[in-house]
Amino acid sequence: MKPIEISTVQEKLDSFLHQEVYIHLETTNGAYASHLNEKAYNVGAYARNIKVQFSQAKIVGDKQVHRVGLKLDMGWIYAEGLTHWEMLEDGKLLMAGHDREGRLMVALQISETPFNY
Amino acid sequence: MEKHVVVIYPHPDDESFGAAGTISKFREQGVPVTYLCGTLGEMGRNMGSPPFANRETLPEIRKQELEAACQVLDMDLKLLGLRDKTIEYEDRKEIAVKLKAILEDIEPSLVITHYPGHAVHPDHNALGAAAVLAVEMMAADKRPVLWTQAITNTFVQDLGEPDVVQDITAYFDRKIEAIFCHRSQAGGMISKWTENETDEEAAKALMRERFGTERFFTWTADRAAAVE
Ligand SMILES: [Zn+2]
Repeated sequence: MKPIEISTVQEKLDSFLHQEVYIHLETTNGAYASHLNEKAYNVGAYARNIKVQFSQAKIVGDKQVHRVGLKLDMGWIYAEGLTHWEMLEDGKLLMAGHDREGRLMVALQISETPFNY
Repeated sequence: MEKHVVVIYPHPDDESFGAAGTISKFREQGVPVTYLCGTLGEMGRNMGSPPFANRETLPEIRKQELEAACQVLDMDLKLLGLRDKTIEYEDRKEIAVKLKAILEDIEPSLVITHYPGHAVHPDHNALGAAAVLAVEMMAADKRPVLWTQAITNTFVQDLGEPDVVQDITAYFDRKIEAIFCHRSQAGGMISKWTENETDEEAAKALMRERFGTERFFTWTADRAAAVE
């Protein structure tokens, strides 16, 4: 994946406006967080192949760390801490946030076709 | 001598970190070993160090890493097709029935899995519980011996000392080789263990201490009663 470049990613986000798309959204600090550090908490959330339509999409930058928000008919989706992006050959837009060791902490992905499950 | 050994863990790399030495020992004796791997570790957050995978490419990469590790360990591989981090939400009985059918087909004399409730990762606990159930459901005369592996920080306190202690120093290098096959997962972890060691020998000694033995609890009716 490449470091996020706001204008390019904004263009990709806009290409998904006003149509049915599949969303992958996750955040995790790993299944071993409290095993490796007893003061840590295991937290995470995961949703894959959720079908939505959004009327507005915006990426907002904060140095290397970015936030992306999608405005739905009746609600919102957003992800914070995104650092990298990639467009797969089959048109899937991947955005992810990695920590210093390169581990994934958060991901937001958008596709016209379902993600493998 | 064992007739056939089946290893049941949920993730590509559990076999290398957990049982590579034991597997190598059995293979050297000419005992066939089959790994039933639950998932492809699709939800792993390690993407390589530096990262070379992403959420969508990770499963295929880990599958190839797993195949390479199984080649190093010279064991058969069978994928169970479950999804990483979801096993505890599946119907345990359903998984157990599926495992039982595979075990009845292979007819192993020994099965190795995680100790349910003492294996940290929810997938380890859930697949361990299903494997235990599968073996319990088998006809008594076909039932293999079951070794379970606990990996919590407090398992000795909670369960006592494991009764099966495999000295695997003779297979240490092969174990490291198998672990390194899982390049997307192992890189960061190993550099962390060895970051304070300046020379390679000291780093190896540290790893030998950590990986010098592989320990298991033989499953018994008492252990089963304590889990329920
Ligand atoms: Zn595992």
